Amino acid sequence: MSDVTDATTAKRGPTPDDGLRIADSKDSGPVLSADGTPLKKSLRRALRMEKLRALALIAPLLIFVMISFIIPIGEMLFRSVENQIVEDTIPDAVRELRQWDRDEDELPPEAVFEAMYHDLFTASEAKKHTRLGSRLNYEESGMSSLFRQSGRALDDLGDDYLDALEEIDPDWEEGTVWYEMMSGGEGAERDTELSSRVVGQISNLEETFLPDTDAFAPSQAISELLPRTAEAYTRFAVFEALVDERDITDRDPWENVYPALIADMKSADVSGYDGPHADMLRELKSNIDDFEAPNYKAAFAAIDEDWAAHETWATIKAHSVRYTNGYFLNAIDMKRTPDGAVSQPEDRQILVKLFQRTLKMSLIITGSCILLGYPVAWILANLPTGKANLLMILVLLPFWTSLLVRTSAWKVMLQQQGVINDTLVWLGLVGDDSRLIMMNNATGTIIAMTHILLPFMILPMYSVMQTINPSYLRAAKSLGATNWTAFWRVYFPQSIPGIGAGSILVFILAIGYYITPEIVGGTDGVFISNRIAYHISSSLNWGLAAALGSILLAVVLILYWAYDRIVGIDNVKLG
Amino acid sequence: MKFTKTLMATTALTMVAAAAGADDHMADELTIVSWGGAYSNSQQKAYHDPYMEKTGINIINDESSPEAVAKLRAMNEADNITWDVVDVVAADAIRLCDEGLAMEIDPDEHLADAPDGTSAEDDFGDLLVSDCFIPQIVYSTTAAYRPDLLPDGAPEPTSICAMFDTETYPGKRTLEKRPINNMEWALICDGVAKDDVYDVLATEEGQDQALAKLDTIKDDVIWWGAAAEPPQFLADGEVIMGTSYNGRWFSAIEEQDQPFEMLWDAQVFDLDGWIIPEGLPEDRLNRALDFIMFATDTQRLADQAAYISYGPARESSAPLVGKHAELGIEMGPHMPTAPENSENIFVYNYGFWADYRDDIDAKFQAWLAQ
Repeated sequence: MSDVTDATTAKRGPTPDDGLRIADSKDSGPVLSADGTPLKKSLRRALRMEKLRALALIAPLLIFVMISFIIPIGEMLFRSVENQIVEDTIPDAVRELRQWDRDEDELPPEAVFEAMYHDLFTASEAKKHTRLGSRLNYEESGMSSLFRQSGRALDDLGDDYLDALEEIDPDWEEGTVWYEMMSGGEGAERDTELSSRVVGQISNLEETFLPDTDAFAPSQAISELLPRTAEAYTRFAVFEALVDERDITDRDPWENVYPALIADMKSADVSGYDGPHADMLRELKSNIDDFEAPNYKAAFAAIDEDWAAHETWATIKAHSVRYTNGYFLNAIDMKRTPDGAVSQPEDRQILVKLFQRTLKMSLIITGSCILLGYPVAWILANLPTGKANLLMILVLLPFWTSLLVRTSAWKVMLQQQGVINDTLVWLGLVGDDSRLIMMNNATGTIIAMTHILLPFMILPMYSVMQTINPSYLRAAKSLGATNWTAFWRVYFPQSIPGIGAGSILVFILAIGYYITPEIVGGTDGVFISNRIAYHISSSLNWGLAAALGSILLAVVLILYWAYDRIVGIDNVKLG
Repeated sequence: MKFTKTLMATTALTMVAAAAGADDHMADELTIVSWGGAYSNSQQKAYHDPYMEKTGINIINDESSPEAVAKLRAMNEADNITWDVVDVVAADAIRLCDEGLAMEIDPDEHLADAPDGTSAEDDFGDLLVSDCFIPQIVYSTTAAYRPDLLPDGAPEPTSICAMFDTETYPGKRTLEKRPINNMEWALICDGVAKDDVYDVLATEEGQDQALAKLDTIKDDVIWWGAAAEPPQFLADGEVIMGTSYNGRWFSAIEEQDQPFEMLWDAQVFDLDGWIIPEGLPEDRLNRALDFIMFATDTQRLADQAAYISYGPARESSAPLVGKHAELGIEMGPHMPTAPENSENIFVYNYGFWADYRDDIDAKFQAWLAQ
């Protein structure tokens, strides 16, 4: 690194860019090259070729880093704000909920329940409703089973209506009849607007792009006459045709079209309609007073009383935005609620504490690595090469041993019935009933991690100390300095770049350590990374894990920046 | 014995017949994910080896079950599913099913009937806790202790509440570092009736009550993360009692002659079984379904019990459980489902934990960190 900084600050040799600079300088006129083009131009062309060639050389690495590192990390970090799932799964309900003023203690209006019924029905046919339940369960316990159960129970309402419809005309059960009625037969004018809106919704739901082909579009006439029914049927038809790739002309529609039909028929005037099966509609209209209009609110309340709770809807509304700060709020022990951000209850506050602990313990580990590593590096640097190499192997040997093996070895050493305690008891320094507790707590983590990270401290220190000329020390002493003064005033300042490099390495590695704290950390020696691992692998709350990771990354970058401002990154030397 | 043989022969015959019909659409390689160690070994002997012999295909073992949920989600997002059959615990299966990462299975269509003609659905009964889950074994989380480490004159513990009784049984104990099971035991030992535990635990006060009970032994607990740790702690004398899976205790006691005693009281039953990832191509899906049909029939499930002390998930398998393949001891009495062991069992509530796990876990971790 020092070479690079030297090159920019001190004298440098001639570079191809010099030509450009000379050509740029005002005091000379336009310089021409041999073929008559301005020198500036032809130089630039030559340089561009050279730069392209250099780029081509590093391209494989660049592409590799992009694909395997930057893109995945970027995507992971993006998850910390992404929240499309709510709107994609229940689009109409989210739209209706926007009108609802949650400050009032009343439940949302019937329109919300109706939209939710149809949305949830579609989602449960696509088997996506449970994912939404899992997502909302991170915010409010109980959502997971609420959505799982409701998905199953939604059929009941439609089944009841179908039974009643069949009593009027058995044809209501026929998939072919429905298809003819909804499509309006050959040559009818189509409602393509509704069709492409539904295709868009299903695409979002399925998270794939579906081409807006004419899978199905209801006739314009039926869409105007029976808007709810047409929409419900179109969802069914588009989903079955595009996602399941089935022939829909004779398939029975989903059960949610029946309540939609009844709701439409209550107000529709079918006397003038002359599309296919108009007679069935007219017959139904004459009997419509026998049917009760669907009461979605009551139907939901019958499925689960939580649907009749204000809190459930408030939670859905609060988390229905496409991009959310909810995960970041959770990551700092706060909560996104309908009334803005509030603190989590005290007995659930854990993450800020873990962040602080991670930083504090990483600093302690870095400090103990400096204290332990400095003398070792000094000895290594001042021994004759042969002996130094031998010692170097001792430093490197643990470096080459598996992390798990070393951590497990510490377990054997540190536990209460372990080697260290046994020795202490045998020597009589510690009573058998007062064995030291050195593991499953912060002490265990610090000891084991200091040992594991020590080589990362020793190696940069060693390579810096090797370059310190021993004659400086001798000169200081010959001028009358004591050993201490010679070390402190002459040697130590020159070794600081090594300490800096080692500290950065150790600290940044320590802050993200996972496996060692997990094994020897017990309860008060675990880090934030253990929590991130929990959310990645057990709770599947990747949004929160991503938010925690982003904060950790930001903390490291801020510390790096601060270090650069205070010590100067140019003073870091790896060799 | 004769019965068993006829049974195996008929099963094999039906299998061959079934396989012959669909063979040309099946992949000739199968990647099975499981937990590794003694458990994978028992599956290898009971399922994989016979299946490979029968079909001549190659089975690839992957020991990724501990992180299966996260990996399956990553595979699903990358649209590159490399696993065919995955062994997970029931709670994970429910989560995978909810997330749409596991395939729904129709037990009567995809699983073999019992030899007496009982349908698979009835044979597995209540253990079919999720639409995507094919149960394989019943295991339990239960306690064990070292009689030689108990103080002189202390009676042998007979109840799980010995775990909370530091006066009679001073010394360290080890519990799993998660709220599940520990919260339930704490409430039971705090006087809550077994049937009310989950109702109580669903309330803030109930959670506080459980944590308050755990608080009384907090300083005496070493928390474990991997199930192999408790037998190790107990063998080293780090703790005097602890909880782990019954199979781990069995192998420590019977195979490694450790001086432990089982404390079956209030053991918590849990299930482990197979799922098939959603979105497999047809040939691999057929192969996976064929394997599942083979590996979860009555005889095969009973076979596994010869290698590890977990109870088969089919009711019809229980009478077929025999002796340990290497030690030659009768396996029946070591099953968590054996009558003398299951006098007082506690039934794990999957639905409850699917809902409350994240919430209670945050509270539990915050309590631990205090």
